[in-house]
Amino acid sequence: MARPGEKSGGSGKKSLKRKAATEEPQEAAVTGDGATENEVQPPKAAAFPPGFSISEIKNKQRRHLMFTRWKQQQRKEKLAAKKKLKKEREALGDKAPPKPVPKTIDNQRVYDETIVDPNDEEVAYDEATDEFASYFNRQTSPKIHNTTSDRPHGRTVRLCEQLSTVIPDSHVYYRRGLALKKIIPQCISRDFTDLIVINEDRKTPNGLILSHLPNGPTAHFKMSSVRLRKEIKRRGKDPTEHVPEIILNNFTTRLGHSIGRMFASLFPHDPQFIGRQVATFHNQRDYIFFRFHRYIFKSEKKVGIQELGPRFTLKLRSLQKGTFDSKYGEYEWVHKPREMDTSRRKFHL
Amino acid sequence: MAASAARWNHVWVGTETGILKGVNLQRKRAENFTAAGQPRREEAVSALCWGAGGETQILVGCADRVVRHFSTEDGTFQGQRHCPGGEGAFRGLAQADGTLITCVDSGILRVWRDNDKEASSDPLLELRVGPGVCRMRQDPARPRIVATGGKENALKVWDLQGSEEPVFRAKNVRNDWLDLRVPIWDQDIQFLPGSQKLITCTGYHQVRVYDPASPQRRPVLETTYGEYPLTAMTLTPGGNSVIVGNTHGQLAEIDFRQGRLLGCLKGLAGSVRGLQCHPSKPLLASCGLDRVLRIHRIRNPRGLEHKVYLKSRLNCLLLSGRDNWEDEPQEPEEPNKVPPEDTETDELWASLEAAAKRKRPDLDQTQRAVQTKQRKKKRPRSTSP
Repeated sequence: MARPGEKSGGSGKKSLKRKAATEEPQEAAVTGDGATENEVQPPKAAAFPPGFSISEIKNKQRRHLMFTRWKQQQRKEKLAAKKKLKKEREALGDKAPPKPVPKTIDNQRVYDETIVDPNDEEVAYDEATDEFASYFNRQTSPKIHNTTSDRPHGRTVRLCEQLSTVIPDSHVYYRRGLALKKIIPQCISRDFTDLIVINEDRKTPNGLILSHLPNGPTAHFKMSSVRLRKEIKRRGKDPTEHVPEIILNNFTTRLGHSIGRMFASLFPHDPQFIGRQVATFHNQRDYIFFRFHRYIFKSEKKVGIQELGPRFTLKLRSLQKGTFDSKYGEYEWVHKPREMDTSRRKFHL
Repeated sequence: MAASAARWNHVWVGTETGILKGVNLQRKRAENFTAAGQPRREEAVSALCWGAGGETQILVGCADRVVRHFSTEDGTFQGQRHCPGGEGAFRGLAQADGTLITCVDSGILRVWRDNDKEASSDPLLELRVGPGVCRMRQDPARPRIVATGGKENALKVWDLQGSEEPVFRAKNVRNDWLDLRVPIWDQDIQFLPGSQKLITCTGYHQVRVYDPASPQRRPVLETTYGEYPLTAMTLTPGGNSVIVGNTHGQLAEIDFRQGRLLGCLKGLAGSVRGLQCHPSKPLLASCGLDRVLRIHRIRNPRGLEHKVYLKSRLNCLLLSGRDNWEDEPQEPEEPNKVPPEDTETDELWASLEAAAKRKRPDLDQTQRAVQTKQRKKKRPRSTSP
C-alpha cells in the first residue's frame, strides 16, 4: 500500500483515480456490497442519477477527486474553444469580427449626468466667473504657503520641502501650533493665493488641505502611498527651478472640473519648456495620482522619462466653499461612504 | 410653447449665476429663465417668493438689490424694482396686500408700494431690525406679521401695522453648564399654522420653539441635531414635525412636540440651501450647493423620488403647492386632439382653397391657427435644458 500512498502524495491525480477506480470494483467484489451505486464509478461509465451534484458526496477525498477531475475537464474544454476561435479568426483573416472588449470597472462606469459637456454655456459661464477666474484671466499669479500640522516628523518635513521645489513660488513655514483661521487672514494680507497644509499622523503624512485664498474653496484630501525622492527607484537628478508643465487627466464631472482647476491654479501660467519637467495629476476611479517627471524626446515618436520628485495619491474627502472653516463652513461636496460608495461602478470626480 | 409650459413647472429654483430655473417633474425637464438673456453673477438670486394672485407670479430678489417680477403664465420677466437701502443681499422677501416687504443683511426692513412703474420710490415703512439678519419670514396666516433673526440677532416678531417696536422679542436661553453665554445664530424661522408659535433653527445645531402667547420669552422647547450648522427648515404637512438641513447635506425630520428625531433623509452631498414641503402631499424639495434638486417622499416609504442635476449652485427654491401634480389638463388633451385635427386641417385647407380670393383676413386667421397647431405637434422632447 506504499505505492498508492506515494502516488497520492505526488501530483498523479489520474493515477490515483485509476487506482481508486480499480480498487473500487475489487472492493465491491470483495465486500459484495450492493449499495455502491453512489460511489465512484469507473471513469467511462458515469451513470449518476439526474440532479446529482459533486457537493453531495460525503467522502471528502472522493469529492475532491471528482471536483479536480471536473475542473480539468472544464479547462480542457475552454482551451479547445479558444483554439477553435483562434483558428476561425485566422481563417477569416480581414473579415473577422473585431475582438470583444473586456469589461473593466472603468468601462462599466455608471452614467453620470454631471459630466461636463465642453459646449455647455452655463457651465462655461460658471467657470469663467468662479473663484479661480482671477487666476485664469491672468490677473494674479500663484504664491503658495506650504505648511504642515503641528510638530511634524521627518517624513512630513521632507515631503513639504520637496513639494515646495516642485511648485514654483511656494514658501515653507513651520507651523508653530498656530490656528489655521489665524494664519489665513495673515496670508491674504501678504498676497498668498493658496495654502497647503500637509497633515501628519503617527509620523507619516496622511492628509492634504488645499485652500484657495482670497475666499476660495477648500479641498480636504486623504493622502496615501507617499514616496519621497530617495525612495523612488531609477530617478533622475533633483528638479531645477524651471516652471513645469501640468497634465490633468480625467477630471470629467463638474466636481472634477472644480478640483482640476484648483490644482491648475497652484502653478504659474507659462511653463518653461526648456526645463522639460511635467507634473501630472491623473484621476482614476476617484483617486488622484501625483507624479513629477522629466522627459526627453529621443526621436519624433520616442520619449524617455525619468521620475523626479515626490509621488503620492490623493482622495477627495470634502470640498468646502470659502476658506478653511470645518465647523461652520458650507460644504459643496462631502464624501459619505455609506451613501456614495454603494456601487463599485460609480465615481464622483 | 415654452411660455405655456412654464406654468406647469413644479419647482422654481434660484441659482448663484442669476438664472431662475423652472423644473417640470412630470416631463422631467428643466428650463432656464434669465432677465437679461445671459446669466450674470451680479443677479444671483438670494430670495424667492410667490407674488400676488395665487402662483402666477414670482418675486425674485437678486444680489444687485433689484426685485424682479416673473410671470409663470408667460415665462418672462415682466418688471423690476430697485430696492436700495442697507447693505448685503436680500434675506427675506414677502408680499402683502399690494406691498412688497424686503429685508437685507444689514438689518434694514422696508415695505414698498408694489408699483412696477415707479423705478424707485420711498419706502412706505422702514424698520431697523439689527445687523446680521439671516432670515425674515412672513406669517402666511397674518400677512402683516413678520419675524426676523440672525447671527447675534435674537428672534423678533414685528407687526407692520403696529408700532416701531417688535411685538415679541425673544430672550436668550440661560447660561450653559460652564456659566458661559450661549451664542445666538438664528438661521431659519417658520411660523406654525393654527397658533402663534414660531420655530427656529440655529447655526449651533439647535431647533427651538417659541410661544409669544406664553409669558416666557425664552424658548419653550429646544432640541439639537447633528454637529453642523442648520441652514434650512420647513414644516411637514402632518403638522407635528419639521425637516431641517445642515451644511453637510444631512436632512432630518424632528418632532417639535416631543423634541425627538423621527428620521433622516439621504442623498444630498452639499450644504442645504433651500427646503420646502408640499402643503398636502408628503413631498419635500431640497436644493443645495451640490447643484442638484432632489424631491424626497417623507413617509410610506421614506426615500428619493426625483433627482435633477441643474448646473449651477442653487440658492433658494419655491415648490408649487397645487394638488393636480400629475394632471396637466392641457398636455394629455393635445395629443388626443392631433389625429382628428389632421382631418380637420385637411378640410380647412380645402375650404381655404375654395374661399381663397374672397375672405383675406379670415384666411390669415385660419392659417395662423393651423400653423400654431402644427407647431404644437412638433414639440421637442428633451430631458435637459
